[in-house]
Amino acid sequence: MLNKNFYLILITSLVFAISFWIGFNVNLLPAEASINAPIYDELFKILFIIGLIIFIGMTIAVIYSLFKFRKRNDQIGDGIALEGNLSLEIVWTIIPSIIVLLIGLYSYNIYDRMGGMKELNHNHEMMSSNSEKIWAGISQTSDNEIAINNLSIEVSAMQFAFLFNYPKGNFISGELHVPVDQKVSMKMESKDVIHAFWVPEFRIKQDIIPGQPTILNFTPTKVGKYPIICAELCGPYHGGMRASIIVEEESDYNEWFNKNKKPEVNL
Amino acid sequence: MTISIDPQKTNNESLQPKGWLRYFSFSLDHKVIGIQYLVCGFLFYLIGGTLASAIRIELASPMSDFMPRDVYNQVLTLHGTIMIFLWIVPVVNGAFGNYLIPFYVGARDMAFPRLNAVAFWLIPPSGLMLVASYFVEGAAQAGWTAYPPLSITTPQSGQIIWILSVLLLGGSSIFGGINFIATIIKLRRPGLKLMQLPMYCWAMLGTSLLVVLSTPVLAGTLILLSFDIIANTGFFNPVLGGNVVVYQHLFWFYSHPAVYIMVLPAFGLVSEILPVHARKPLFGYTTMVFSIMGIVVLGLVVWAHHMFTSGTPPWMRLFFTIATAFIAVPTGIKFFNWVATLWGGKISINSAMLFSCGFIINFVFGGITGVALAQVPFDIHVHDTYFVVAHFHYIVYGGTVFIIFSSIYHWFPKVTGKMLNEKLGILHFIITFIGFNLCFAPQHWLGLNGMPRRVAEYDPQFQFVNQISSLGALLMAISTIPFLINVLLSVRNGKDSGDNPWNALTPEWLTSSPPPVENWEGEAPLVEEPYGYGKEISERK
Repeated sequence: MLNKNFYLILITSLVFAISFWIGFNVNLLPAEASINAPIYDELFKILFIIGLIIFIGMTIAVIYSLFKFRKRNDQIGDGIALEGNLSLEIVWTIIPSIIVLLIGLYSYNIYDRMGGMKELNHNHEMMSSNSEKIWAGISQTSDNEIAINNLSIEVSAMQFAFLFNYPKGNFISGELHVPVDQKVSMKMESKDVIHAFWVPEFRIKQDIIPGQPTILNFTPTKVGKYPIICAELCGPYHGGMRASIIVEEESDYNEWFNKNKKPEVNL
Repeated sequence: MTISIDPQKTNNESLQPKGWLRYFSFSLDHKVIGIQYLVCGFLFYLIGGTLASAIRIELASPMSDFMPRDVYNQVLTLHGTIMIFLWIVPVVNGAFGNYLIPFYVGARDMAFPRLNAVAFWLIPPSGLMLVASYFVEGAAQAGWTAYPPLSITTPQSGQIIWILSVLLLGGSSIFGGINFIATIIKLRRPGLKLMQLPMYCWAMLGTSLLVVLSTPVLAGTLILLSFDIIANTGFFNPVLGGNVVVYQHLFWFYSHPAVYIMVLPAFGLVSEILPVHARKPLFGYTTMVFSIMGIVVLGLVVWAHHMFTSGTPPWMRLFFTIATAFIAVPTGIKFFNWVATLWGGKISINSAMLFSCGFIINFVFGGITGVALAQVPFDIHVHDTYFVVAHFHYIVYGGTVFIIFSSIYHWFPKVTGKMLNEKLGILHFIITFIGFNLCFAPQHWLGLNGMPRRVAEYDPQFQFVNQISSLGALLMAISTIPFLINVLLSVRNGKDSGDNPWNALTPEWLTSSPPPVENWEGEAPLVEEPYGYGKEISERK
């Protein structure tokens, strides 16, 4: 019996070791380019390791049973008449419940750190009225966080393009330029069907809905050019509905902004 | 409460065709209807599979070069709709349910045989109509979810035919569900208690409850959507002040339970197959029953996890995260119980057993990615990407379709009195298992790294992984060849199986194979212990 337990413990620790090794050494995700990305990747790593432990453990159990308890040619008759084991069943009800609950609480914490639970407040000059109902994505801005230089952009999506309106400069661009390390606040609305704004390197996505503005905030952390991908089926050219987001140093951004700015604004 | 045989009805039945012709007739025999469902479903599986191959050919190269872009969207819409509504739902519910449930409850037929035949005969015309819509003005091209406003703005004829077809199929499904509930509750032979029923009955009871509760919501939603398309109403049309997110709530109120409508019957079927080939009682019968009912209840309150990026308030996201993740608990119990059923058995390694074990491994994988997807922050990145495509194929193909094949290997001798060839069966399993995993495992990586779903073109950096996936799809297509050869040869020339080749204890094996028209020559046997393996005959009740 001791022998049996020894092997069980040995195999369990091996499964854990392999899962942790894979979890920490195999990277399945693209580059991290926003403050959300490292938080996301932390959650991913935990879920990946727990998933690996369960998957490898179950697979070993199935294959081992098939091998160990296979019917030999000389055998007749049935296996043992074991109809259940209440304490064992209670164990494998309670342990998964606890794991699931802990994952849920942990992902709540992650979601909160991403800014998902904050009260909605969008600092935007063009907003029509406070009573307008707006649905938000993650990384919302709370009242006291709104900085003066918080960059507000209006995104409109249509078949099959994104347009980015910079109200402060009174111009529209097909490319999204943003300065690095600054919070960007976007109000998005679709002109026709549902689209989605997705930047894989930022780990953010939000549907862009006709007749129902949505808000998405993010803070890029790495200079570079990243794809903006439409992730909601929007018609024949859905696969080609792309734009680019260019994250640049503040001086480069200002240069680009001033070049495009239309000076006479009669507001 | 067995059916009393009305002399009038017997007279009618003598007028019905005999032999293979009865499969083309309005037969009232539950066994004939079951086979009708199965064969009809399999033909649509071949059509849906052809469409899947077309998708994988298109995606073998980054450019949209194999077919026009709008045709590609029609192909993916038809692939999803056919596989769900014409293959998996009718087969795991209609085919196996009709064939097995009357045996399991000790009845001579279903509670409403005519309704049963109507439910089946709604399927071929609506399926043909759906396929034929391609030749009118092009089929529907808004995906199987038909989200407005896209479904309102794409060509109308295809979308309207799609709605009609899904409405008819939903009706068929509701008829079937009512019939199963009535049969399981009211037609049990005297002395047979609910807690003595084989597990598939419980799975079908749970599934039918979901069908009856949620399918009417889909029907209502699609009727409103059709008004928006043909009568210019504004329920979901934002131009007229409609709300597109309301459609998504209504749609997923059905379509998430639809996942359990596809998966719970498979849970039931595998619970019948494993004990027979492992020669052991089903482990933890009572907890299995409660798990099914737990999944039914939870399955109704998780739909908004499909809408985490749609614009939902934070509290709603949180509630649906927790509710969804908790489905893993009853589901996990079932998987632990199945492994415990294998443990200490005398397992025959045959095609039915291998497909069932393949199901366990694939479904555990799909379940784990499912728990991850339930977490809002996780889902926001991978929603509507190939990660999701991979996840649900692990559930519906790696899970349910593996069980459909397992069940065919298990019950083929029952239906025909012939054995299937085991060598071809194991070959079928090996190619399917490798092909399936090769096709879908790499898609998780694609989704995480930036490939959205439902696209005809993608970044060149994803080409290699997409080609691996397409190679897997090719293997899956090839895997149907040994299966078809096996079935077509064995149905005539297979080895005679005898009445009970697996020495099984569930009631369907206690009559001749193939069974007579009203199932038993005399009274239906009272089977109080359908899983009494390992006990002396005298110990069995």
